[in-house]
Amino acid sequence: MQNLSGNGALPSRTFMQRLRRKSVVPFSNKSQAILFILPGLVIYLTFVLLPILGTVRYSLHDWTGFSPPEYIGFDNYRELYRDEDFRKAIGNNFFFVIFYTIIPILLGLFLTSLMSRSKLKGMAIFRTGLFVPQVMSPVVVGIIWRWLFEYRGPINQTLTLIGLSEWIKPWLGDFTYAPYAVGSVGSWVQYGLCMILFLAGIQAINEELYDTAIVFGANPLQQFWYVSLPGLRQQILVAFVLTFISALRVFDLVFVLTRGGGPGKETIVTSILVYQNTFNLNRAGYGAAMAVTLATIIVAISAAVFWLQSRNDDTNAT
Amino acid sequence: MPPNHSHRDVLRKRTQIGFTYLILIVFLFIAILPFVGIVLTSFKEQRELRDSPFTLPQDWKLENYTDAWRGARFSAYFKSSIIIVIPVVVISCILATMSGFGFAMYRFPGDNLLLLLITFGLMVPFEAVIIPLWQIMGTLGIRDTYWALILPQVALSFAFGTFWMRANFKNMPADIVDAAVVDGCTIWGVLWRILFPLSRPALLSLVVLLFMWTWNEFFLILVMASGDLRTLPVGLALLRGRYASDVPVMAAGSVMVLLPVLLIYILFQRHFIRGILSGSVKA
Repeated sequence: MQNLSGNGALPSRTFMQRLRRKSVVPFSNKSQAILFILPGLVIYLTFVLLPILGTVRYSLHDWTGFSPPEYIGFDNYRELYRDEDFRKAIGNNFFFVIFYTIIPILLGLFLTSLMSRSKLKGMAIFRTGLFVPQVMSPVVVGIIWRWLFEYRGPINQTLTLIGLSEWIKPWLGDFTYAPYAVGSVGSWVQYGLCMILFLAGIQAINEELYDTAIVFGANPLQQFWYVSLPGLRQQILVAFVLTFISALRVFDLVFVLTRGGGPGKETIVTSILVYQNTFNLNRAGYGAAMAVTLATIIVAISAAVFWLQSRNDDTNAT
Repeated sequence: MPPNHSHRDVLRKRTQIGFTYLILIVFLFIAILPFVGIVLTSFKEQRELRDSPFTLPQDWKLENYTDAWRGARFSAYFKSSIIIVIPVVVISCILATMSGFGFAMYRFPGDNLLLLLITFGLMVPFEAVIIPLWQIMGTLGIRDTYWALILPQVALSFAFGTFWMRANFKNMPADIVDAAVVDGCTIWGVLWRILFPLSRPALLSLVVLLFMWTWNEFFLILVMASGDLRTLPVGLALLRGRYASDVPVMAAGSVMVLLPVLLIYILFQRHFIRGILSGSVKA
């Protein structure tokens, strides 16, 4: 299906223009396109694009947020490079990638490999249920898990009940275990998404590929490795992007779960650090440099994946 | 050639299907059990918390909800959430429909560059725009009004919506448009009278997604809103004082935050799933 671009690719276009030159506004009228786009674009420029440029500009200034900004070049970025807190925060973001991205994807792949490939009854119910953590407000997810992880909370109660009382810990307050506790909440949010994606993907793979593999004597592991995995490439990519970016952007969940990065700074993440520098520590310029760095990482990863995807499409097309 | 279906194969297939259901049920439970726990807790009394979270409340106490609604000011937050979410969804959908149409139906110099600029809106977190945003609101004189909370979300929703509706219009049958144009329909009429009704499924997806994202938005509201302008998630997260340590009241508040999204999600789950999965890289 052709789109209706006004480059004259469709022969009927010129015909129509000749036919009704007066009443019909042809699609090649370029100023008209702007009229459709402009209203939203003005709002977008004012409240997204302009502020991005503003943030980039402030990141080059020493600025409390109240004082007149003083231009200092890339000093904020240089400081960022040496800042222990920032390293810790970025490090935690990538630590959370293990929980947000790696564990759900591996778990999803493992479970799908065990599952039947035939279409099952009642899939809609499972799909709906498994996706619930995705639509819940992260604030509520945080409140639920903070309560579950409480010292006298349900998790420790259960541990006592099954005779593992020596495992009891103040999970979110423990310097060693808090990052794992926060991370595991991330895994809980993301695993359903991966399962649904992979299950739908594997059902779309042509059954003949498996039959051929079986004829050639492939065992189940080889079938998974040589048929399922390549067939799921697209789904793995989507799961990777979505979960990776949530791990980098996480804010609300940490804000609520560990009240913004505790104990100490064990679970601090970049977005929390941006918030603290900008609004609590009166270092708006420095906070801006952090925000720009974080946004750059996110955009770079998205761009890389997009490039990978389009390259894949090209190779598939040929 | 598919292998012969011997008795053993059939048996193996059945076991595998049973096993598949087992896995699905276990992980379904893990996904929704915490939610069930919080709903049950919201009807309990403080002293019942020592029991398992999954026991039923002794008597279903509604006071937690009235406490949250009046005492913890959730009535104000709820009102605020509604006042913000409706204009964001309505305005964004109209603007995105128009721009999606513009990008799908026209080629003009710089159109790809413009789309690239709009792509930023799909990725950039509010952290990266918040300070200039604060200043712009001051310049426009709308700081501490609902507009300061609505317009930035319209702007980000516009970015997603443009791509969403552009894809929708690109998939429309070209013949319909051609026929309408031949019949003397204006371009404005083509959009609103011909294509708009055909776009209902895509638009519905957009509505439910924007509703969820706006309802759950946290960072922008946390920074920009104070007092009763706060929405439910921010009000819940910032709850201090005697209700903050009252687990059943917090649970009741959480249910209030969740319920609207959950209801819409259950009604339109296909739209949600399709939308979220497409939210990755779509250009």
